[in-house]
Amino acid sequence: MTSNNSLWSALWTYVSTHYPQLLFDSYQHVSAVVQSVVIATVIGVVIGVLTYRNALAANLATTTSSVILTVPAFALLGLLIPLFGLGVIPSVTALVLYSLLPIIRNTIVGLNAVDPALTDAARGIGMSRFTTLTRVELRLVWPAILSAMRLSTQMSMGVLAIAAYVKGPGLGNLIFAGLARVGSPTALPMALTGTLLVVILALVLDVVLVLIGRLTTSKGIR
Amino acid sequence: MTEHTDPTGVRIELDHVSKVYPGSKQPAVDDVSLDIPAGEIVVFVGPSGCGKTTTMRMINRLSEPTSGRILIGDQDALSIKPTELRRSIGYAIQQAGLFPHMTIRQNVGLVPGLLNWDRSRINDRVDELLDLVGLEPAQYADRYPRQLSGGQQQRVGVARALAADPPVLLMDEPFGAVDPITRSTLQDELLRLQGELRKTIVFVTHDFGEAVKLGDRIAVLGQQSKILQYDTPQNILASPADDTVAGFVGSGASLRQLGLLRVKDVALESRPSVHRDDSAEQVRSVIAGSDYDWAVVLDDRERPVSWVRETRLRHAASLSDAVEHLDVVSTQSTLEDALEAILAEQHASAVVTGPVGRYEGVVTLDTLIDTITRLRSEAGSS
Repeated sequence: MTSNNSLWSALWTYVSTHYPQLLFDSYQHVSAVVQSVVIATVIGVVIGVLTYRNALAANLATTTSSVILTVPAFALLGLLIPLFGLGVIPSVTALVLYSLLPIIRNTIVGLNAVDPALTDAARGIGMSRFTTLTRVELRLVWPAILSAMRLSTQMSMGVLAIAAYVKGPGLGNLIFAGLARVGSPTALPMALTGTLLVVILALVLDVVLVLIGRLTTSKGIR
Repeated sequence: MTEHTDPTGVRIELDHVSKVYPGSKQPAVDDVSLDIPAGEIVVFVGPSGCGKTTTMRMINRLSEPTSGRILIGDQDALSIKPTELRRSIGYAIQQAGLFPHMTIRQNVGLVPGLLNWDRSRINDRVDELLDLVGLEPAQYADRYPRQLSGGQQQRVGVARALAADPPVLLMDEPFGAVDPITRSTLQDELLRLQGELRKTIVFVTHDFGEAVKLGDRIAVLGQQSKILQYDTPQNILASPADDTVAGFVGSGASLRQLGLLRVKDVALESRPSVHRDDSAEQVRSVIAGSDYDWAVVLDDRERPVSWVRETRLRHAASLSDAVEHLDVVSTQSTLEDALEAILAEQHASAVVTGPVGRYEGVVTLDTLIDTITRLRSEAGSS
């Protein structure tokens, strides 16, 4: 009880004294993740659209992105240092690469699952290939893409914490700094605050994405 | 029935059209030439896989002909950009193909939208079309397809095909996925619409009954879309060109012929009639003085309301105690309807009403059999 109480009070003291820093790190963390997922969505959907009609290309795209996902985060970040140096760029690159798999896969699976009668009807009434894609196919696949974005976002929130290793932005710095000074009284509150904030912010982002889904998905397919 | 309005449709001509799919030696459609007159419903009917759908899809270039020419009106279809060509040709398919994420209004307004009509014109047109296909716009326009029944979706599909008032309509088994009763209603509605619109409609089906009901002409297609017979339903039913067509027409041919003729086309017989105010005694003497054992009961405006048989009248105090329920057919009904009425009635005939519902006479089974026999002999001699 007493140790618990003292931990909570240490945590509280830490949070209340470092309020501006925590706010800044949280903002950076969320911002980096959101931007990475948006970039990954654009790239992933484009790759999905370009490959879904060709089984070989589609397989190649999903396999490549799943191979990337199996590379441990530490290793991937390390491998990116020679290419991009330290800081924001390698961190965001890693997040984008990790986020690609769910998005590419859901886009391809979704596009292939669109009822051929609908694309035939779209062509038959005089829609161009591009119009069919943007007004019919992608609208129907949007819920699947969105659920991939949710998955990618959750994953990226955790992966970005490790990106502090390459001087990336966000709450990872707090966790790393805390772990680096184990034994000192601030170590545990620092690491714990960082971790808890990552978890809480991940949940908040998920709720936001669910709401976006509600607002952007047609009532006809919900 | 439809002779009074000018056709808004245009003639379609298939001129030695073939289709060979890549990697296949056998053509899917082999050298088909067909003249589809303006304002008529031409039904392509044939077994599945015979190429009838491919033949139809070449008209709006969903399938590109390998060789040959297709004229729509006086324009060469192959010289028009496919997307533009398709916007000028209505297209309705099985299960309607409505886009589930769009409202009924958005679905129907798609082609006008692609043609850049302004919004208010599109909205007016959508309301007009929903009315036309029998869906109340205020009630249905803002619903999504999944909130409609299959039959209603199919109506929307037809409305969408008609949206930009195209001269030509292609329909690929549009009523194939609905239950028989709904299908029959939709067929009737299509005929009613066509009576007003007079489009050129190419209709694909594997159901010969549907072809007979809808077609001004029927093209019976064999393998590789070879035209086995291209003629009016009457002529195909009466004299199939060969055994394959005969087989396809099937044993129901005679029955179907009855569906093409109307009661007014045959001679009616007379049966005794009485008025419902007559006394039982009067009715008994009328029946006794005839060759039959029953009489039609009319109201004071000569409209049949019921019938009465001698056996029931024997012990009845008044006529109203002895009368039985009567179903009538009109002179406009088909002989098929008449046959059904005959089979349902215990007096073995169908009571016929003429203008303003007046009693005209009866159709009997013998009349129908004579008619079928006459049609057969006519077909045999021609």
